[in-house]
Amino acid sequence: MTEHAPLELRDASLSYGERTVWSDLDLTLHPGDFLTVLGPNGSGKTSLLRAVLGLQPLSGGTLSILGRPARRGSKDVGYIPQQRLIDPATPVRARDLVRMGIDGDRWGPGRHSHRERVDELLAAVGASSYADVPLGMLSGGEQQRVRIAQALGTRPGILLCDEPLLSLDLRHQHEVTALIHETRRATGTAVVFVTHEINPVLPWTDRVLYLAPAGHAIGTPDEVLTSANLTSLYGTPVEVLHSQGRVLIVGGDEHTHHVDEAGE
Amino acid sequence: MNAVLALPAAASDDWWQRLFSFENYGELLALVHNSVIAGAVLGLVGGLVGVFVMQRDLAFAVHGISELSFAGAAAALLFGIDVVLGSVLGSVIAAVLIGVLGTRARDRNSIIGVLMPFGLGLGVLFLSLYPGRAANKFGLLTGQIVAVDDTRLSLLVLLSAVVVAGLLIIWRPLTFASIDPDVAAARGVPTRALSFTFMLLLGLAVALAVQVVGALLVLSLLITPAAAASRISASPVGVPLLSVLFAVTSAVGGILLALGGNVPISPYVTTVSFVIYLVCRLVGNARTRRGWTRRGALAAARS
Repeated sequence: MTEHAPLELRDASLSYGERTVWSDLDLTLHPGDFLTVLGPNGSGKTSLLRAVLGLQPLSGGTLSILGRPARRGSKDVGYIPQQRLIDPATPVRARDLVRMGIDGDRWGPGRHSHRERVDELLAAVGASSYADVPLGMLSGGEQQRVRIAQALGTRPGILLCDEPLLSLDLRHQHEVTALIHETRRATGTAVVFVTHEINPVLPWTDRVLYLAPAGHAIGTPDEVLTSANLTSLYGTPVEVLHSQGRVLIVGGDEHTHHVDEAGE
Repeated sequence: MNAVLALPAAASDDWWQRLFSFENYGELLALVHNSVIAGAVLGLVGGLVGVFVMQRDLAFAVHGISELSFAGAAAALLFGIDVVLGSVLGSVIAAVLIGVLGTRARDRNSIIGVLMPFGLGLGVLFLSLYPGRAANKFGLLTGQIVAVDDTRLSLLVLLSAVVVAGLLIIWRPLTFASIDPDVAAARGVPTRALSFTFMLLLGLAVALAVQVVGALLVLSLLITPAAAASRISASPVGVPLLSVLFAVTSAVGGILLALGGNVPISPYVTTVSFVIYLVCRLVGNARTRRGWTRRGALAAARS
């Protein structure tokens, strides 16, 4: 299993009709890698996730997961969606959501409750004490813990996190990112973390993939996040400031708000 | 019902007699034997379908489909074809239209809002043109219990079996897609196809329910029991079981109570199901105040 990279992109490009979202993307993730994907709206972050999930075909190049082409419904890919509070009236418990991650895609009512496996997954994210509580009664941070357990249900080689911190407060942001970091250490799953905001994941990030209107850059945070680099990626002046261990990116975004991601 | 009807229409102060009279109950029971079976089967279908109607927020769609089902049944009555067939056609057409045109919630609600009065209007037109007995007409809107002969009962049971079997096959992915659509799609669950399939099954279930409780009160078998069940349970096994139990109790209980009276069946069914809902709501509120289940001290401290 370790001979194949959890995720490998070779000369990959993606376009919607005339518009190229990104191209010439070369990237190899190793087990346990933490890749943070940054970029303004419309730069193709979501399209990248959809391509890895097998929901969006590439227009050029190759994308392989553990040596196999991406395909819809692959058990090798775990997915944590954007934080979206579940309606409190929905009758679903934390453990039911986790179980869906194990066999929710299969036909029939299902005979096995996978109780031991679900308990094990909930324990791994520290959610055992609210396993039987309806999801709508949990806080945002608790719901995201349950979602991490759900995404790990199939022991994926790669974990996709699609802006999982939106609408979480700072403390919960830290808890969730730290948990994802511990998870990759414990299970060896590679992490692709899509976010608008680098700072909550900066301590854990091995490499950054910065998608921008005029190209992309891959490397360690220090290599990629420089004023010169981002200025050339955006094609307009961008300044990167470091303050108390945090990174602030000034400029850039304002010029790209009008770019809409097609096909969403 | 007919036996009671034959009694002289007495003074106005005997409305209680019209609501509840249990003379000759045994003989009446034999007459409506088929209806009781039909009620139980519809309870099973309504209880199961209702769980997904709740999860997918389709209460308004159920109401819209039932009005077109009524139009189909009224047309069938006018043109002399089988009423069940007419109402199945009406509701399946409605379900397909809603499924195709309304993929997003906002679109869906406006499309239902457009279809519903049109369906009701058509139904009224067909009924006014229909020269037959008025009781037949009224029954489509408010339910009837004596109209289930052996042939129709077999048809109802057959259609119910189709709906239940279909639901069981798509149970897990439909639950996944209803509760957690983003992750379900990421896991390769065919969410659109499931949504469409469910609309078809829902159309059939509505057409069945129209036969017993009438078009106006379908929600009492397709929503209320599931809504009541989800107030007191969040378990993937508990909610459907309780929902079926409540729906069967409402349908069969309603029919048995209606036997003794001289008014349509629907007030009995809707009242039983409403009382069950009220009780569940009170129990559920008390449970929610206590935090549903006991949490560990750690979690309580964190939240």
